[in-house]
Amino acid sequence: MTRELRLRQFEEILQTRIGIIDGAMGTSIQQLKLSETEFRAQLFADWPTAVQGNNDLLNLTRPQEIAHIHKGFLRAGADLIETNTFNATSISQADYGLQRMAAKIAKAGARIARQAADDWHKQHPMRPAMVAGAMGPLSKTLSLSPKVEDPGFREVNFEQVREAYFEQACAMLEFVDFLIIETVFDTLNAKAAIVAAQDAMEQVGFEIPLIISGTITDSSGRTLSGQTTEAFWISIAHAKPWAVGLNCALGAEEMRPHIADMARIADCKIIAFPNAGLPNAFGEYDETPETTSKHLSEWAKDGLVNLVGGCCGTNEQHIAAIARSVDGIPPRKIATQPTALRLSGLEPFRLED
Amino acid sequence: MTLSSANFINIGERTNVSGSAKFKRLIVEQDYASALDIAREQVENGAQIIDINMDDGLLDGVQAMTSFLNLIAVEPDICRVPIMIDSSRWEVIEAGLKCIQGKGVVNSISMKEGEADFLQKSRQIRRYGAAVMVMAFDERGQADTQERKVEICTRAYHLLVNDGFAPEDIIFDPNIFAVATGLSEHNNYGVDFINATRIIKQTLPHARVSGGLSNLSFSFRGNEPVRRAMHSVFLYHGIKAGLDMAIVNAGQLDIYDDIEPELRTVCEDVILNRNPDASEALLELAEQYRGGAHKSRASRRDVAWRKEDVAARLKHALVHGITEFIVEDTEEARQAADKPLHVIEGPLMAGMNAVGDLFGAGKMFLPQVVKSARVMKAAVAHLLPFLEEEKQLSGLADMSNGKILLATVKGDVHDIGKNIVAVVLQCNGYEVIDLGVMVPCETILKVAKEQNVDAIGLSGLITPSLEEMTHIAAEMQRGGWSTPLLIGGATTSPTHTAVKIEPSYSNGPTIYVPDASRAVGVVRTLFTPETREPFIKQTREDYAHTRRSHKTGRNAKPRIRIEEARARAMKLDWSDYSPPRPKIDKALVIDNWKLEELVPYIDWTPFFLAWDIKGRYPQILDNEKMGAEARQLLLDGKIMLDKLVREQWLQPRAVLDFWPASSRGDDIILWEDEKSKKTKATFHTLRQQMPKDTGKPNFALADFVAPSSSGKVDWVGGFVVSAGHGELEISTRFQRAGDDYSAIMLKALADRLAEALAEALHAKVRKEFWGYAPKEQLTNQQMIQEVYQGIRPAPGYPSQPDHTEKRTLFNLLQAKSRIGVDLTSSCAMTPPASVSGLYFSHPESVYFAVGKINKDQVADYAKRKGMAMDEAERWLAPILAYNR
Repeated sequence: MTRELRLRQFEEILQTRIGIIDGAMGTSIQQLKLSETEFRAQLFADWPTAVQGNNDLLNLTRPQEIAHIHKGFLRAGADLIETNTFNATSISQADYGLQRMAAKIAKAGARIARQAADDWHKQHPMRPAMVAGAMGPLSKTLSLSPKVEDPGFREVNFEQVREAYFEQACAMLEFVDFLIIETVFDTLNAKAAIVAAQDAMEQVGFEIPLIISGTITDSSGRTLSGQTTEAFWISIAHAKPWAVGLNCALGAEEMRPHIADMARIADCKIIAFPNAGLPNAFGEYDETPETTSKHLSEWAKDGLVNLVGGCCGTNEQHIAAIARSVDGIPPRKIATQPTALRLSGLEPFRLED
Repeated sequence: MTLSSANFINIGERTNVSGSAKFKRLIVEQDYASALDIAREQVENGAQIIDINMDDGLLDGVQAMTSFLNLIAVEPDICRVPIMIDSSRWEVIEAGLKCIQGKGVVNSISMKEGEADFLQKSRQIRRYGAAVMVMAFDERGQADTQERKVEICTRAYHLLVNDGFAPEDIIFDPNIFAVATGLSEHNNYGVDFINATRIIKQTLPHARVSGGLSNLSFSFRGNEPVRRAMHSVFLYHGIKAGLDMAIVNAGQLDIYDDIEPELRTVCEDVILNRNPDASEALLELAEQYRGGAHKSRASRRDVAWRKEDVAARLKHALVHGITEFIVEDTEEARQAADKPLHVIEGPLMAGMNAVGDLFGAGKMFLPQVVKSARVMKAAVAHLLPFLEEEKQLSGLADMSNGKILLATVKGDVHDIGKNIVAVVLQCNGYEVIDLGVMVPCETILKVAKEQNVDAIGLSGLITPSLEEMTHIAAEMQRGGWSTPLLIGGATTSPTHTAVKIEPSYSNGPTIYVPDASRAVGVVRTLFTPETREPFIKQTREDYAHTRRSHKTGRNAKPRIRIEEARARAMKLDWSDYSPPRPKIDKALVIDNWKLEELVPYIDWTPFFLAWDIKGRYPQILDNEKMGAEARQLLLDGKIMLDKLVREQWLQPRAVLDFWPASSRGDDIILWEDEKSKKTKATFHTLRQQMPKDTGKPNFALADFVAPSSSGKVDWVGGFVVSAGHGELEISTRFQRAGDDYSAIMLKALADRLAEALAEALHAKVRKEFWGYAPKEQLTNQQMIQEVYQGIRPAPGYPSQPDHTEKRTLFNLLQAKSRIGVDLTSSCAMTPPASVSGLYFSHPESVYFAVGKINKDQVADYAKRKGMAMDEAERWLAPILAYNR
């Protein structure tokens, strides 16, 4: 089936029901408790630096396991799965000395997800199986200085960030239905990713829809770089995303007011994938599927969302419970806003007609 | 109407190197901290967008834009508003777009280079996600007439919208040009703009119109009152025509209705081109406003309030600070009341509560509150004999909301801020025990114990006072105290309080009070049982957090080694330079300086600061919020100044001298005479140790003096001036009469006169006594902006932060015996209205800030001074880059 056809069908389905996206790749991989040797496999047996924890590398060394996780989420009810490419950029892979492998890792991750989705779809032709190429936030950031004493210092510049995302996007475009710029805690990184995604689409000669998901880091209601939800939306609205939303950092309970804000103002679909609650004292997520899904069904009933799923700590059971809990609830209607000059700093600026 | 109405947007203009000489200087010198202050001030003053421009031949625009925006990005109180990236160079605009996470505005693009170039840039702007300002400029030039403005904007609009640009993201700048230039063809520029604005808004849906306002009044540079009036009138009519925003000096917009009618009418004639002689008329009228001389507004005192009942009259008198009728009104109230105490508890307290509420709501300012207190004191003074008669004094004491001891710590003599705090607290029903200045720790604790006070407030202005405050805190801990300790004064800071004072006093709460207006809030919170503990807990947490971030920041602060800093000293070429020889050869004492000659030298900005009115003079007079109060304060100040000058309340005195000198490393050696090479004294200087870009030297004052190796004889000078003689006597008299307002006013004026004397003397030094700039002709403004040759840095200030250097200076000048100015144990000058410093003449000499220094330099400095290391560290504590 062609990408255009898939997208059209998915779009039709989303007119009638809430879409389901998958759960956490990272914490699912952690459950496998792979050793350093298992991370390396034969391919990287002699690599000079430790690679354990480099989840994206598994696209090359453990493709079966990654495909298995994808299939688990599809089985649980996900319509849309994200590629295992959160850190598959030259900047983030540089932490492992693998910057030159970044494109390969990204491409492999996209191919695995596509294959898993296509296999599933063949067996379940009535169910959509979409793939979103994940572009994570990078280990370096454009709006913050890592040096307390030198607040004007930056580890990277816009051009470097754009280059890294461009390479990643180019590597994935062949296989994916969407690009998703997610876990945005610095909007300037996301703006570089938007430029990169557009450049990449220009390069390959076709366009696919963009999803952008920010991260409100704590109860202050702001991103790590200081923006409110509305200011964040205004800053990325020029990308004309297919869907916008929030993920990570917060559990559903804490995320609710911010998703409600976004739902009120954004003139596109709303996507939300919270963590399974807040981490406990050991850094683990222990919110039950029942609790998470109960919150999300309330969001659905209140007309806040078009697509829901889970981030850190959510597994197949969470996704299955979420899919059941929003079943039959109509999706949010796209908001319309009066025409206005909208600008933003950390806070929104509006000058209405 | 007010100009900051929700539908009109102020765009801050001061962060523009081509429009602000000060901002440009700060950027060129890479003093980014002060440059950020300007940006912050704009936002605080109500700018809803800030315009940033780095277009200057001296600057690498891309680098300057990037650096400044990266710094702004981490200042939440600045970057909460959108950024306008202002440049005529595309590469600077693009560099700016790569630094802002929010959606900003590009200012500007135009069709100057044709449609293709225009569209290509607009697409780039969309990619980065910004709105655009389009200047009415095309291949044929900049639009001046209404028709050209509309034609160009219309063409640009359709090009953009047809290309997919959102119409609501387009802002037009149809060019505000200067009017009243003397050229008749310029007369219609205002009308052209306003009409074009109206048509653009009507015919181009969703597009916005903006303008750069300062161009309009270009012909009246230097005449701020007229410029501001023109701006207000222009905006008034522009906004009516649909103008959405303008690039303005936020915080300096007059209220249209407040402009003097005559001036307003003439401005209107000019802007609306209503009659051919308008320009001429405005030029004539403008003369009356030159130099900021405001005609006092016709606000004749309204007497209607005298007809109201006595309680209303008392309240009116308190709120408006009118003492004129207070005794008769109080007497009337007393006769009507059962007991005299009821007058205090009833109408007087009701009036003071109204004052407190207005103050809390930001509708009254400190000077007014102090005046209200003066009225209250006069009323209470009238009631006292009757109260005593009824033996109800105890009842009065019971009224107190709490007892607070205030003191300026040992070694420090500055008390303006502390006195204001005392008055404000008294106004709010707190009993204040004010121990005055130079109060030793033992006295403070002894009185606090005897009087069983509820809180102790410490104040200080000079840096050594910080050490004394830490000492008092430690003594309180040792003595088992738990009474709240409040810290305030110009050199104190939340960081110092958190890092140094609070840890010394873990028994009780230590709280930093940023200014007098906060004092009541802090004290009330502390003295209310329900809020006390949460507040203390919150403060402790905040300070612990401050300590943690201070620690990480401080440990990592990069400093270069002192040897390296010396290698990077400013190297002046002495071979071609002959140091000028002073025209006097022995110390000169001047004690007949006429006060009236000092008045023109007064810099009024710090005067307002002393009263917690923050803003620049004269602009502050037209501040929307505080302008009226600032004008009243200035009027009161000038009335007292007039009297003070006429009656010779103060005796200005000055002593100065010059000595042959050479630099040796970071020291300056003074010789007995030019030939003998016998050392008379040594000034020790400190060197900057911050890492700097190539070509930017690490300064020490010694760099400005010829080294002996140059073979040239150089000189340095020194001076001490004071306007404080006579001040104490008269301010005490005011205080005794219950008139704190006048007492504080006098101190503030004496401080200004001392500074004015230093400035006047420096001018005389340059022109006569040293005589290296005999032809200098400067306005007072230029003098305040320090455009002259040579500097007069003072020990204890940024170029030489060590106060103890004053001892050497005072010895050399014999300041105590010659002009009666002495140093306290902390090296504060007494009388406090005094200024001292060194003179350097070299044309390249500049003021700089030593900044934080490292241990290697402190050790070396201590050795050079023959001072113990820990003593040197104590004096230099505020500038140490490491933890002792």
